[in-house]
Amino acid sequence: MNESLADILAVSALIVALVLVHRPLGDYMAAVYSSTRHLRVERWIYRSIGADPDAEMRWTAYLRGVLAFSFVGVLFLYLLQRVQNHLPWSLGFDPITPDQAFNTAVSFVANTNWQSYSGEAAMGHLVQAGGLAVQNFVSAAVGMAVAVALVRGFARFRTGELGNFWADLVRGTIRVLLPISVLFAIVLVALGTIQNFSDIQQVQTLTGTDQSVTGGPVASQEAIKHLGTNGGGFYNANSAHPFSSPDAISNMLLIFLILVIPFSMPRTFGRMVGNVKQGWTIVAAMGVIWLAGVIAVTVVEHQAPGTASQLAGGSMEGKEQRFGEGASSLFAVSTTMTSTGAINSFHDSFQGLSGGVLIFGMVLGEVAPGGVGSGLYGMLMLAVIAVFISGLMVGRTPEYLGKKLGAREIKLAALYILVTPALVLGGTAYAMANGDGEEAMTNVGAHGFSEVLYAYASASNNNGSAFAGLGANTEFFNTTLGLCMLLGRFLPMVFVLALAGSLAEQRRVPVTAGTLRTHQPLFAGMLVASTVVVAGLTFFPALSLGPLAEGLAT
Amino acid sequence: MSTSTPVRPRPEKTPQRPKDQASRARVRHGAFDPALLWESLPEAFRKLDPRLLVRSPVMFVVGVGSLLTTVLALTDPGDWFGWTIAAWLWLTVLFGNLAEAVAEGRGRAQADSLRRARTDTMARRQGQGGEERVLGTELRLGDRVVCEAGDVIPGDGDVIEGVASVDESAITGESAPVIRESGGDRSAVTGGTRVLSDRIVVRITAKPGETFLDRMISLVEGAARQKTPNEIALNILLASLTVVFLMAVVTLQPFAVHAGAEQSLVVLTALLVCLIPTTIGALLSAIGIAGMDRLVQRNVLATSGRAVEAAGDVSTLLLDKTGTITHGNRQASVLVTAPGVAEAELADAAQLSSLADETPEGRSIVALALARHGRGERSRESVEGAAWVPFTAGTRMSGVDAGSVRIRKGAVGAVTGWVTERGGTVPAPILGAVEAISSGGGTPLLVAEEREGTARVLGAVHLKDVVKEGMAERFAELRRMGIRTVMITGDNARTAKAIAEEAGVDDYLAEATPEDKMALIRREQAGGRLVAMTGDGTNDAPALAQADVGVAMNTGTSAAKEAGNMVDLDSDPTKLIEIVQIGKQLLITRGALTTFSIANDIAKYFAIIPAMFAVAYPSLNDLNIMGLSSPESAILSAVVFNALIIVGLVPLALRGVGYRPMGAEQMLRRNIAVYGVGGLIAPFLGIKLIDMLISLIPGIG
Repeated sequence: MNESLADILAVSALIVALVLVHRPLGDYMAAVYSSTRHLRVERWIYRSIGADPDAEMRWTAYLRGVLAFSFVGVLFLYLLQRVQNHLPWSLGFDPITPDQAFNTAVSFVANTNWQSYSGEAAMGHLVQAGGLAVQNFVSAAVGMAVAVALVRGFARFRTGELGNFWADLVRGTIRVLLPISVLFAIVLVALGTIQNFSDIQQVQTLTGTDQSVTGGPVASQEAIKHLGTNGGGFYNANSAHPFSSPDAISNMLLIFLILVIPFSMPRTFGRMVGNVKQGWTIVAAMGVIWLAGVIAVTVVEHQAPGTASQLAGGSMEGKEQRFGEGASSLFAVSTTMTSTGAINSFHDSFQGLSGGVLIFGMVLGEVAPGGVGSGLYGMLMLAVIAVFISGLMVGRTPEYLGKKLGAREIKLAALYILVTPALVLGGTAYAMANGDGEEAMTNVGAHGFSEVLYAYASASNNNGSAFAGLGANTEFFNTTLGLCMLLGRFLPMVFVLALAGSLAEQRRVPVTAGTLRTHQPLFAGMLVASTVVVAGLTFFPALSLGPLAEGLAT
Repeated sequence: MSTSTPVRPRPEKTPQRPKDQASRARVRHGAFDPALLWESLPEAFRKLDPRLLVRSPVMFVVGVGSLLTTVLALTDPGDWFGWTIAAWLWLTVLFGNLAEAVAEGRGRAQADSLRRARTDTMARRQGQGGEERVLGTELRLGDRVVCEAGDVIPGDGDVIEGVASVDESAITGESAPVIRESGGDRSAVTGGTRVLSDRIVVRITAKPGETFLDRMISLVEGAARQKTPNEIALNILLASLTVVFLMAVVTLQPFAVHAGAEQSLVVLTALLVCLIPTTIGALLSAIGIAGMDRLVQRNVLATSGRAVEAAGDVSTLLLDKTGTITHGNRQASVLVTAPGVAEAELADAAQLSSLADETPEGRSIVALALARHGRGERSRESVEGAAWVPFTAGTRMSGVDAGSVRIRKGAVGAVTGWVTERGGTVPAPILGAVEAISSGGGTPLLVAEEREGTARVLGAVHLKDVVKEGMAERFAELRRMGIRTVMITGDNARTAKAIAEEAGVDDYLAEATPEDKMALIRREQAGGRLVAMTGDGTNDAPALAQADVGVAMNTGTSAAKEAGNMVDLDSDPTKLIEIVQIGKQLLITRGALTTFSIANDIAKYFAIIPAMFAVAYPSLNDLNIMGLSSPESAILSAVVFNALIIVGLVPLALRGVGYRPMGAEQMLRRNIAVYGVGGLIAPFLGIKLIDMLISLIPGIG
């Protein structure tokens, strides 16, 4: 079969699957977060942590819950790594150094899963399954909780209450993430992904050299790694490793898992604000940007110049033979635009322009469709800005879903959109200015710069994928990237929850013929344009010195 | 309170609007005279004061950039490029100041003429010991002053004694004198206006320095201007974009060093100024001032910009039926004859009996008889030997007695009583006609005569409240803009319903008392709707204060003027519709120029980035799609375009974006097409053009 046709069919099949699933899943999540009933296991959890799941929280209380829970998570993960040699199933590994332990702890709590270590060569089973994998669930659930709180801010009127953080956290984990992960872990095992608690096995390769092969609970971690847009691999090679993703089918399954919750949450949003069409606008804007990225990268990769590429039918360096350029491009765009950061190919080896698209996907703020929860709240924050500008253009004080967007709302949305540029550009500039950046590069010129830019874009937007090539396990990078992940995750949440609180207090502005219609294609277009243009203008100079300079040269 | 059921307007095909209607529907542009640019130049220089500049974060950054580049140029005096950039950055700031100065300058001329009216009037104050002459500025609240023909009224107040004709042209521009009298709703007088005849006693209701005229002067001058809520929000957004671009430019240097293309501070400053939203930043305050000015040009004074903005958000308009929707007086439209009475006979009797009725209704009957029934021109003098019975509110009848013939015309009840007293009856067909007229929203009158001792009813007159022409279309326009109109009337529900249907309003409030009005406003506001209304009477004051936009008529009482947040000097209630459009236009202009400003940046990148980095990475020359002649010329062209576009858009900022009533979707589409797509394309053309001109200068191209 023609390769382009195969790519088109694969993408189409993926879209059809997402379209079919987003509705029931979105509705289900809306029901979960709106339910007044508690499961027995949930009651047990609430009792053990001493939380009253029915107490409504104002935004400040909700935020306190988020921050306290996450802080405890960081502390726990840090200690677990620092003392892993004293713990069971350590596989004999040494404790992790303080800077790397900090980096890793923050990374997993912030749903980033940037890994400056090789999983199979540094972390024991207890840290992997009891620490990192747990955060894979709960950090994702925190993101969803914050998104749901913002949605409630839009849906509720004349109250400051945004729901209960502990209930949202527990429900997201128990009723959404766990069941789907279990289901798909079993499917992955059936497809050939490994699942065991074995020790390291020494094997002799065909060439006669020795190799240590680490087994482990890979399938279970692989499922939540993608479903929760985490991305932290059990193996250093991540989803390119055959034990993680054995074939093209499992590869497609993983891409589906990455996208399924982010693309379903707008439906949840639409349901909860009582107008599913509002969800369509958001999902359409996300989908258009994502699809444009997929097409751009796939085309560039196929048409890569050079003898080797021409013979292989495309740029195959750094890609798995069993996936090819099409599935690799699809995976790469999906993982960078969702804050997942899992990889099935090496982004460092992509063509210059493709690398640019991947970085751009991240610096959009992870909104197309973005991480679980974070994608929805990110897109809604951008929608607030788009509504403000469009609203002025129809001659009324801008309003979105019956809420007026005044100085306070715009201030919070503006602060939100400042975070990404500040961290990405500030971090990169700091690394470049004091020499640590150049030292860690394994390439020179524009490509070397792209490696550093990619690292800060990835960390600040909680993506977690690496451009590879950058020797980032240094104290400098562990610390600065750790800070970027921390601030990049929790500062926006402060603004999101503050906005949610402010919105929930408002009274409803009735819709008239003079009201901007935010459920029409025109507004979706405006949302796409403002998202792309604002991020584009911010990062164009930096991108021009990295991926653009490199890409245009070929 | 009576029912208030929604009335669906009849679907009708779009009528051909008369020309003046069409031009009224569209908000007229304010005048813009290019000479103002030149006149405002000194003021623009004065505004370079950093304390003033800091009010606009965007322009402040440009100001700092100008200073920085100037200092850099001084350290390297031989660098023509540095000097040129510095000069154009200063021009950018200056152009921004110029826009604001021009906007303010237009108000200043008006303020000057107002100030002339205010100067040094002497007042004749009534005290315990009789009259004393004091300066107008020494008057206190509650003072009573006497004004006679030829006097200038020394301060705002209410007439408490007498009636006078007053020339208010100093504030309204209207030369026809108006009547001001004690009691009632036409008691308010304004300081600075002149009494033309008679004598009045005025109780002062405003402190000196806070009179209507004073407020008006500070308003048109823009001195009292405070930022409006939307302006504040937009300013925050612009500030955050400025910070984003500041970060993008500041962090660029380490990247450039790595690329081996370290940039001079001049170039980085130029890039920064090009990226931050200078266009909207420079024009933002001018847009706000000009919006107020457009109201002033329509003889409407708003006490705050906030009120103008609120006008754009209004979703419910409360309109008084009388004077706004209808001509305000019922007019005779049809004569219905009783059995056995000729039409001519009825017309004759109706006319004769109405000659003594000076009310508009009475005059309209005379006019109807003349126009429709061919009765001759008659006046009371032309009828000999007649004893006239004038219309009074007590008898509710008018008529004439001539010998044995007595004719009466009046309210159904009154005439029925008069006829019955004299042994006559009202025939059944007339009773039916009266019933039909009432149910149709009209007012029936009866005409009767007593001839040789026999009284009989001759027929009925159908008085109709005549809806002003073109109202239905205007309400349809409002509906498209998402604004609901509610008619307020003291009429009974039946009459109200009929007129509401005819005028095409969405709803009505019949037999409305001030309390009903208030309750309606509260109810609308509880539903999140913003309410606008007009009013003139003292009993309107609470509702005017409660409404989000309360427009008081200048003829009204000072209580009404105090309560509202706008005053219409022409006292034209239909102007409310224009006020709403001006409010919308103000917001649209801001949104459109913001979009334009941001869209502009794309082209600037295509000019500047290759100019900065093509030396290090020749591949980036591919981005020079405009084919600009040299790096210096490219950067300079972008900076020059950035400065000139401000001047180019000053007229638009002052006039406001063209506005036609239409739905939100259509309006957004249009504005995105013009200002979004236009803003994308325009700078590509502009920068290229400037580059072509610059490259002609020897030594640069």
